[in-house]
Amino acid sequence: MEQKTSDHAILADKFNQDIPRVDWHDKTLWFIREKRDKAAWQIAEWEELRELASQIKNNVLDNLHDYLLEFEKQAQQNGVTIHWAANAEEHNCIVHSIIQQHGVTDIVKSKSMLTEECHLNEYLQKQGITVVDTDLGERIVQLAGEPPSHIVLPCIHWKKEEIGELFHQHLGTPKGNADPQFLTAAAREHLRQRFLTSRVAITGVNFAVAETGEIVVCTNEGNADLGVQLAEVHIACMGIEKIIPQRKHLGIFLRLLARSATGQPITTYSSHFRKPRPGQTMHIVLVDNGRSERLQQESFRNALKCIRCGACMNTCPVYRRSGGHSYQYAIAGPIGSILAPSLDMKNHADLPFASTLCGSCTNVCPVKINIHEQLYDWRQVLVKNGHVSSVKAAGINGMAVVLSRPAIYRIAGAAGRWFMKYIPAIVNNKFNPWYKQREMPAVPKQSFNEWYRQNRKENGKQS
Amino acid sequence: MTLHHTHTHMLPVQSRRIFFNVIQMKVALFVPCYVDQFYPQVAIATLELLEKLGVDVVYPESQTCCGQPMANSGFEHLTGGCNDNFVRNFSGYDYIVCPSGSCALHVKDHLHATDEKAAKEIRGKVYELVEFLTDIVKVENLTSRFRHKVGLHQSCHGQRGLKISQMSELVSPPFSKTEQLLHMVQDLELISLKRQDECCGFGGTFCVAEEAVSVKMGIDRVEDHITHGASYITGNDMSCLMHLEGILRRQKSSVKVIHIAEILNSAE
Amino acid sequence: MESRAKILEALNKKFTDHPAPLPALKSFPYAAGDPIDKFEFVLRGIGGRTVRASNWQEINDYIRKEYTPENRIISLVEQVEGSAITPDSDPHTFENVDLVILQPHFAVAENGAAWITSDRMGDRALPFISQHIALVVTTDSILHTMQEAYEKIGDANHPFGTFIAGPSKTADIEQSLVLGAHGPKSMTVFLLSS
Repeated sequence: MEQKTSDHAILADKFNQDIPRVDWHDKTLWFIREKRDKAAWQIAEWEELRELASQIKNNVLDNLHDYLLEFEKQAQQNGVTIHWAANAEEHNCIVHSIIQQHGVTDIVKSKSMLTEECHLNEYLQKQGITVVDTDLGERIVQLAGEPPSHIVLPCIHWKKEEIGELFHQHLGTPKGNADPQFLTAAAREHLRQRFLTSRVAITGVNFAVAETGEIVVCTNEGNADLGVQLAEVHIACMGIEKIIPQRKHLGIFLRLLARSATGQPITTYSSHFRKPRPGQTMHIVLVDNGRSERLQQESFRNALKCIRCGACMNTCPVYRRSGGHSYQYAIAGPIGSILAPSLDMKNHADLPFASTLCGSCTNVCPVKINIHEQLYDWRQVLVKNGHVSSVKAAGINGMAVVLSRPAIYRIAGAAGRWFMKYIPAIVNNKFNPWYKQREMPAVPKQSFNEWYRQNRKENGKQS
Repeated sequence: MTLHHTHTHMLPVQSRRIFFNVIQMKVALFVPCYVDQFYPQVAIATLELLEKLGVDVVYPESQTCCGQPMANSGFEHLTGGCNDNFVRNFSGYDYIVCPSGSCALHVKDHLHATDEKAAKEIRGKVYELVEFLTDIVKVENLTSRFRHKVGLHQSCHGQRGLKISQMSELVSPPFSKTEQLLHMVQDLELISLKRQDECCGFGGTFCVAEEAVSVKMGIDRVEDHITHGASYITGNDMSCLMHLEGILRRQKSSVKVIHIAEILNSAE
Repeated sequence: MESRAKILEALNKKFTDHPAPLPALKSFPYAAGDPIDKFEFVLRGIGGRTVRASNWQEINDYIRKEYTPENRIISLVEQVEGSAITPDSDPHTFENVDLVILQPHFAVAENGAAWITSDRMGDRALPFISQHIALVVTTDSILHTMQEAYEKIGDANHPFGTFIAGPSKTADIEQSLVLGAHGPKSMTVFLLSS
């Protein structure tokens, strides 16, 4: 994995150089959060559904070995070829070899966060294979040469005028036309040709049912279905945690997924692929890539319950004001911040600190992942493993000494109101980052402790 | 300790004070470090308010801090000395009351000490001021008066951590212990906000480590209150209010911040 | 094969002394109101159209009014006019289909979705490649929730099945809803009274 050159705070600061854009980004995502609230309130049993979904996923994580074997057996009986990949490289190799077997150089792919995680597109590109992302938002960022900034809304950071210009350059639409209806129609024409000519289609997987061996793929655009139904080969890529035990559990998850994601009652298409269409071959690649290791981390394992709805991003006040790219990981926002460090702790050490621990993410999560508690726990792990700056460590060490000793604390307080002395000092910055855009609190004549000694103790009250 | 107050809510403050003295509930006042240093008036208001309500409250003088600034930065392992000091100061009380949801929550969730038995006991006895007033003292009326338009900032740790009020994310009946008390204050006009429980961006060391986002969040919160006509922003956590105050003062705004203890204790 | 063994071995460890049991699914009371009205309301809210019909004739009349003889219309519903398809056609040949008419097994009131399986699609590509789609739903086949839907599906072994809720759509450009992303630009559901 490439080494990051910047951390979240620096990129967030850059994002905040254009305040009207930050406001626009924040309001767009907040609007989706509000739609989610409205949709959730339509369902009286919403909180019970979340609890059930959470319990089902807990059961899955504790029995993944058995469920995967059951899934494999059922899928094979359905005529599907199952592949196992220990890591991203192996996943990419498997996909490449299937494509090669069919002598194909151009393929279509619908949305799959797993393939983003594995950097499949870059890999295939290097092997001379052209991948066209068919989800409109993903196609937009692909044309722009960027990764998605949001798992459900890949180009939420793009303005329509910019997309108009991008399409003008790449698809030859008239300059200056930024009408979403027009631009979508242009993309439809452009991508339809790809659907009609592509012999291999890759999709992600939202749910894989152990009991039946079927996979469920949810889209609004119909791009996964159109790709698969016009191709000779269907390759579905999934993380091993996407398993659910039984088909009837879809009744719970499909009630939660789209409502949490965008406030829709359901995605336009929830397609259940069980057997390949006549004449077609179907492959499912089961990918570990750190997941089995993660399962052994008591504090962090249940992040694997995630169903990739993106609700935690939409509600996150930090994500809304820093943009998805500031996270520098395929999955941004709160959930990305607890997933990324387990893949590469050193490289993503900044992410668990990109949060106020407000807890809103945990409350919207349809499978009740304790995201903000894991952010806190990750901070402890990162510090213990030496992944914070020495300036910060020295600052906090000093703080610990003062706070352990009441006598020193009183002196330190009287000397300069220690709190404001220590907090800004933990950042390696010659300017006081508190004062840059905020006034310092006024210093009172006496501390409460001093007041108490004078006004209460002297009146005879004992502590 | 179980308290039965079924008949006390009808009694005037004076009678209730006698009632509390009779049962001799020992309450320790836990003052957050930054309140001690920068906002002594908040601790004074808390103390006076509790006294007015007849609570026998003392302030253990050797207290320093709950250790949250270190722990939230990932240095929980360095909080041992601070925690032991906390336990030394706060053992042996029936309740520990703190005018901060964030500090109370931190103690509830993360206080561990050499004397783990004492630490565990403390974790179960610590209360944020508002929840102590509504759940333990069961305050039903107040003599306070505050003639202003007030916006309530829901501090996240008190709200989502201690469940002082219902969270907008949940499909559950609304309630707010803080508003319940503010409604008892004569002449106070509580404004409504566009985003009723969005974080202000303080976040402990986040406020300096992620300065840009922290400030932007604060500016947006302040704007919501100002747009809806607040002349005061109140809340259960002075840390959030300190951050918002820093922004208001930089903007040279006439809007002020005030801790809820100050409002509940006021008689202007 | 090596990775398979490796992954399974890693997963075969005992992670906890108290493995989470699989919870029993609860059925919840259905929301008040007529499910037909609810279905209509919800589907319209997500860009679908509904047409109430009391007999097949009304459905055929409606389609005749909306489409011209030049349009390529494929009907997989016996009572609805339209051409049939040749078995084992190349799905690419449906590129120029203007309207496909299908009959799902049932529809769901809470989200405006209809469940249709490959045996009723003619070709699996048809519901997605056609420019427009029409579904005939009998009013007695409207269920309340997705949980009820999966009870109804039970352990039926369909090679392919999908819930369709409205026309293909996207809001990827500045959250402006556009109907007709890649699939049908419109979806009409005929609610045939039973």
